[in-house]
Amino acid sequence: MSINVRFWGTRGSIPAALTAKALRVKLVDALVAASGRDLDTPEKASAFADTLPFATSHTFGGNSSCIELRSEGAGRVLLDMGSGARAAAGDALRELKGVPGEFHVFQSHLHWDHIMGFPFFTPAYIPGHKITIYGCHAELEHAFRRQQAQPSFPVDFSVMAAKIEFVVLEPLRTYEIAGYRVTPKPQVHGGDSYGYRFERDGKAVIYSTDSEHKVEDAEETRKFIDFFHDADLVIFDAMYSLADTVSVKEDWGHSSNVVGVELCQLAQAKHLVLFHHEPAYDDATIERVWRETQRLEEITREEHPVTVTAAYDGLEITL
Amino acid sequence: MELTERRAGKTVVLAPAGRIDMATADQFRERLIPLISSAAAGGESVVLDFSGVDYISSAGLRVLMLAAKEARSSGGKIAVAALQPLVNEIFQISRFDKVVACHVGVNDAVAAVSAPA
Ligand SMILES: [Zn+2]
Ligand SMILES: [Zn+2]
Repeated sequence: MSINVRFWGTRGSIPAALTAKALRVKLVDALVAASGRDLDTPEKASAFADTLPFATSHTFGGNSSCIELRSEGAGRVLLDMGSGARAAAGDALRELKGVPGEFHVFQSHLHWDHIMGFPFFTPAYIPGHKITIYGCHAELEHAFRRQQAQPSFPVDFSVMAAKIEFVVLEPLRTYEIAGYRVTPKPQVHGGDSYGYRFERDGKAVIYSTDSEHKVEDAEETRKFIDFFHDADLVIFDAMYSLADTVSVKEDWGHSSNVVGVELCQLAQAKHLVLFHHEPAYDDATIERVWRETQRLEEITREEHPVTVTAAYDGLEITL
Repeated sequence: MELTERRAGKTVVLAPAGRIDMATADQFRERLIPLISSAAAGGESVVLDFSGVDYISSAGLRVLMLAAKEARSSGGKIAVAALQPLVNEIFQISRFDKVVACHVGVNDAVAAVSAPA
């Protein structure tokens, strides 16, 4: 049974919208590249758009963390309730066509960029839907209720008519939830965060965001290698450069593309997805980091190849 | 990993060889950091001759960050030279080319750290 991974929000720390100025740069680049070509039908133009640099034809997008896992016969799983959850909700409701749905939400932690989408997660307001929110923080329920309390939001949590439950999980224990074997792992981050390993039918997906790696700590590194071992997909916090994570941004709670490649190589994971993009980076910068990461994987590869992808809002990967 | 040391005027040239990774980073750190402080105390600088380094991991690069900090706090100077093409790319991708001065040849590096500030 395949697992379909949909990225609804991939930006770190705060949503970051594409600006009109940045869009214009893309448009001008595309028009210059198109000059002299015969592009008089949408088909021809679309095929030409595929040949443009990724940062010209796409945007990495601006919503904060939210990912969905789908698999036939499994429950609907969402990873974090960042601002991407609003679009995920719309998609689910269109698909459910009025039938009550059941959602399983796993929280890496309770920082605002990872919960801010919940007040806009429409199924929560509709009677009949059931939402179970899992996490390892004792304050799980409090964090969700507090962000909807006065004076921060006009609609109190108590108005939400769906059946909403909170389940606090124990780190490093394996659970059977929604058709997946789920194991949370503690990570280094201000106020703690947890990574998750999801396994189903021999496939494994790792969600490891907001996680700083102390590269000098060989024992901790070993634990992450075990946690990532043989994974089909590793969604990884690659917010900063390695140099920044060991200097000015040390103890800021985030990691780098370089450490992502190393861990995936050592763990023999198959596919690394760079995630939680720095909000100050424009599309061209993220594409450059992505290409460099692909290059790093290529030049440091021993036997085991790792595919490298930069996550963007709207990306789908099927395992 | 092997570490050999030689002198070029008032510069100590330390030449690691092999891989600087999780297994060897501690050995590299234990040799390099005291060398920088003792060199600085004697008014000398340190150049790392990387011509024999085949690979450097994040753990190895972090030692260079510690070395750069040590040089700043002890008033010493450090530079890296003769990076193999692969290691040079790792420096660029990790942005470590902005952490320590990288020179093409060992002599260039020795001249650069010997120049009065
Ligand atoms: Zn975050
Ligand atoms: Zn966070």
